[in-house]
Amino acid sequence: MRYLPLTPADRAQMLAKIGVPDIDALFAGVPKEAIVSRAKFDLPDTQSEMDVERAMARMASRNVTAGSVPFFCGAGAYRHHVPASVDHLIQRSEFLTSYTPYQPEIAQGTLQYLYEFQTQVALLTGMEVANASMYDGSTATAEAVLMAQRLTRRPKAILSGGLHPHYAQTIENLAALQGTVTRAPVTPGSAEDIAALIDDQTACVVVQSPDVFGLIRNLRPVAEAAHAKGALLIAVVTEVVSLGLLEPPGTQGADIVAAEGQSIGNGLNFGGPYVGLFATREKYLRQMPGRLSGETVDAEGRRGYVLTLSTREQHIRREKATSNICTNSGLCCLAFTIHLSLLGEEGFTRLARLNHARASALADRLAAIPGVDLVTPSFFNEFTVRLPQPAAAVVDQLANWGILAGVPASRLLPRDEAAENLLIVAVTETVTDDDCADLAAALKKVLA
Amino acid sequence: MSELRFTNQHEWVRIEGDEATVGITKYAAEQLGDVVFVELPEAGKKLARDAEAAVVESVKAASEVYAPLSGEIVAANAALSDDPAKVNADPEGEGWFFRIKLADKAETEGLMTADQYTEFVKGL
Amino acid sequence: MNNQGRPTAVAGMAETAPATISGDRGLDHEEGLIFELGRDGMTGVDLPQTQVSESRLGGQRRKGAIGLPGLSEPEVVRHYVRLSRMNYAIDSGLYPLGSCTMKHNPRLNEKMARLPGFADIHPLQPQKTVQGALALISELMRWLTTLTGMHSVAMSPKAGAHGELCGLLAIRAAMEARGEDRKRILVPESAHGTNPATAALAGFTVEEVPATSGGHVDADALEAKLGPDVAAIMLTNPNTCGLFEPRVLEMANAVRKAGAYFYCDGANFNAIAGRVRPGDLGVDAMHINLHKTFSTPHGGGGPGAGPVVFSKALAPFAPLPLLIHDDAGFRYIENREDLETGSPFGRMCAFHGQMGMFVRALAYMLSHGADGVRQASEDAVLSANYILASLKDVMSAPFPGPCMHEALFDDSFLDGTGVTTLDFAKAMIDEGYHPMTMYFPLVVHGAMLIEPTESESKESLDRFIHVLRVLAGEAKAGNRARFDGAPRFAPRRRLDETRAARKPILRWTQKTPVADAAE
Repeated sequence: MRYLPLTPADRAQMLAKIGVPDIDALFAGVPKEAIVSRAKFDLPDTQSEMDVERAMARMASRNVTAGSVPFFCGAGAYRHHVPASVDHLIQRSEFLTSYTPYQPEIAQGTLQYLYEFQTQVALLTGMEVANASMYDGSTATAEAVLMAQRLTRRPKAILSGGLHPHYAQTIENLAALQGTVTRAPVTPGSAEDIAALIDDQTACVVVQSPDVFGLIRNLRPVAEAAHAKGALLIAVVTEVVSLGLLEPPGTQGADIVAAEGQSIGNGLNFGGPYVGLFATREKYLRQMPGRLSGETVDAEGRRGYVLTLSTREQHIRREKATSNICTNSGLCCLAFTIHLSLLGEEGFTRLARLNHARASALADRLAAIPGVDLVTPSFFNEFTVRLPQPAAAVVDQLANWGILAGVPASRLLPRDEAAENLLIVAVTETVTDDDCADLAAALKKVLA
Repeated sequence: MSELRFTNQHEWVRIEGDEATVGITKYAAEQLGDVVFVELPEAGKKLARDAEAAVVESVKAASEVYAPLSGEIVAANAALSDDPAKVNADPEGEGWFFRIKLADKAETEGLMTADQYTEFVKGL
Repeated sequence: MNNQGRPTAVAGMAETAPATISGDRGLDHEEGLIFELGRDGMTGVDLPQTQVSESRLGGQRRKGAIGLPGLSEPEVVRHYVRLSRMNYAIDSGLYPLGSCTMKHNPRLNEKMARLPGFADIHPLQPQKTVQGALALISELMRWLTTLTGMHSVAMSPKAGAHGELCGLLAIRAAMEARGEDRKRILVPESAHGTNPATAALAGFTVEEVPATSGGHVDADALEAKLGPDVAAIMLTNPNTCGLFEPRVLEMANAVRKAGAYFYCDGANFNAIAGRVRPGDLGVDAMHINLHKTFSTPHGGGGPGAGPVVFSKALAPFAPLPLLIHDDAGFRYIENREDLETGSPFGRMCAFHGQMGMFVRALAYMLSHGADGVRQASEDAVLSANYILASLKDVMSAPFPGPCMHEALFDDSFLDGTGVTTLDFAKAMIDEGYHPMTMYFPLVVHGAMLIEPTESESKESLDRFIHVLRVLAGEAKAGNRARFDGAPRFAPRRRLDETRAARKPILRWTQKTPVADAAE
């Protein structure tokens, strides 16, 4: 087997050194009845690299890739162009095959990029501090709710109806154990009256902007209403490129920002791995989950970085930790950091403007089709249209014609009549004018 | 100034009238290493004996500090928030944690004297 | 003569070098933060200028600048290449971190994960357009359930600790379905910190079970603690001392009799994969760290993946989404409303889990085959025992062995030397090695946990053993020169962690502080 360097002769010598007759003797501590024979596994034996490649390529070929068709899917995962140097750099052995930087003297590479990542996230979100990433946007949001429950010592979380339903379910899964979770009504294309739901038992209000339908929310009045009752505002961003054009949650009064960072540096990957961004106010630092890289000096006075404030974490605090998280999204944050460094202020803001302009043009085009209405008066690079018939069937038909037209809202909100005819359409810089023309023509045809 | 009394959780107690000042012992401070953060109780908080009163953290360890006696917190040492190193520098003086108004003075009977505590530490 | 030679002998070169003008040292470059490089207006990505109308931005257009630096592509590439060179990695040397399983990460896995058919598909595109991806997940599920002898598997957990949470939430749901409200979880004191943290997160109270002097969980103490309010035990097997729990079947029986569930922390599955099936041990739920046992890269701390295998009893409570295979092909059931059977406890995260890691893990499994997986486990165990046998006369092993995939030492061999476990570890850095896991597990003093994995040749192990033997000998001989102040040959000397924790600096800020934009 090509990955195993020991030869039969090595194994024999090693067994002799240990002083046992065979490998079975090393498993003597295992109860006899628990040892299984090789024959019990109905699985294939070892295969060459070429054979594995062939088998896997066959599976890969049975998928319709986003890059091969006009592609408009979003709803929490976005297809952006990632420069070639990003993927090259993250595959450097020293990044790819290192562990969590527990020995800082020989892990400055990881610690420094985490520090750069924390700074970038704080700058983008307009917050004071950020951690070294969570698994993804949904789990980051759930952790934010737990943090708010700890900080306020209150049980109740109120979720905006515009919060991605998968995020809402992830929160319910976790936060309901420590308190209660209330979902505001779903109001596609407009903001619900969430202030009315806040009371003196409310730990936090969770609002996504742009919301799952693409609508840009004004967080300021929500922040004011929450703060007036002693509750916190958690702002959620699933399309982080929007922060190149829109006001950051930090300047709108958010206390915690949880975001999905996949759009920068990371591919679609059928849903993972992604990278959760988590930022907050300095005064809440001690209750923040996740790893932190901090600046210090070494014995010679040179600047360096270490993991710090670890006493919040599970490996020291055990059942009193702020979170059980251990492994995070190291390499995905590296991809994020490198891509954002390549973009810089100029590239990032250009990218955001380009996305919005493309989406705006397509929204006009689709809204001109008879029977199609634009539901979201404001949006960044994703909007929702109402079709005269159920959107799922339309998407299905368009897929047959080689167009991935977007995400039907019913995929996320099943059995919801108000959502049935809604189609969520995302447009990034990767979408061409021809793609848009194809979508408009096909939609017209299927609705005719 | 009255003499110090000690607990087997490595807290020292100085009883003055119906109030007691509490901190962690020199031994405890040495065991923890460089203290980097102290979380203190708010004044007015009522605590039963052995309830968690404070948290003291070094780089690689976090430890609860328990109320050695029942009562109500009357003051916490705010200086520790800015300069937690005081706990290492002067654990049984400037590094005090909090003052507590005693609910039951009889509880003080169970505390160790300095000699008893020294013996106790030797046995660890 | 029309050609000129040049000196090639090394004699007479200066013994000590003066400090360099640049501050760099040969291949070792000092590198500032990205924020200290670059200039306004520069970018490493060519994008057009686009005019944007305000009309559809809801009045929320950004007013201030973000503050990102501008760099060209070559500058960014050089910056991150230089950073990479400050890291130790499996590809550059033996990485014996116990409990972390730093085995070789095959590059075939990386290549497969980047096939557009896996990397460039959207989690919410129509399911009929991703049948190959679902087939791959289904095949990986078959491998995982077969190797573990378990009934089913939940694929969405994103890492080991997330898997633990998934397992405990299923247990919670099963208890609720039985109409019981059990509050306690028993966790051995040798457990990974994630176990008690997860139990607390899932709303349980944690009770510790002591270890025996032999490094095993005290089965008698465990049985004594079982009762009608115990929901589950969380047991790592092989345990964090590197030992298989000899009384595991007995403990599993006692747990079942008490009406509780057996959660197994599968972090150490790499010791027994292909030889022992957790399903045969009475396990009800176990997470599998694909980034440990199945070679997906650790990436400096993630991403990982933590699928959870379930017994038949817990299977109905597995979280959404559920993968179904019928005449129409593969299908994910994503919403409760579409369920025909089962009572999933909820959803662990958005979408379906770490697809990129699934592809890598399956590439590894197909490469090894069942026979190779078994051989890998055996080689890992053999290598760990070889290290234990070769070092136990000069270092101190608290438990005699044989061990499983990792060899545990304590610091009693350093008694009286003034050298600590930390000093010993830092001296290893100067010798070109990443240190072993230190001060874990907590059940022995000054723990050093060495996990060589199956990826090292005998020559590599022998060299490592030689270095550790000499270091141990020098420590005992009172020669502290290699330990005091180590490391000397790393990109940094020891770093001041106290300073970092007392006055945390967690982000770069401009030298001249600007007015806080937030207030």
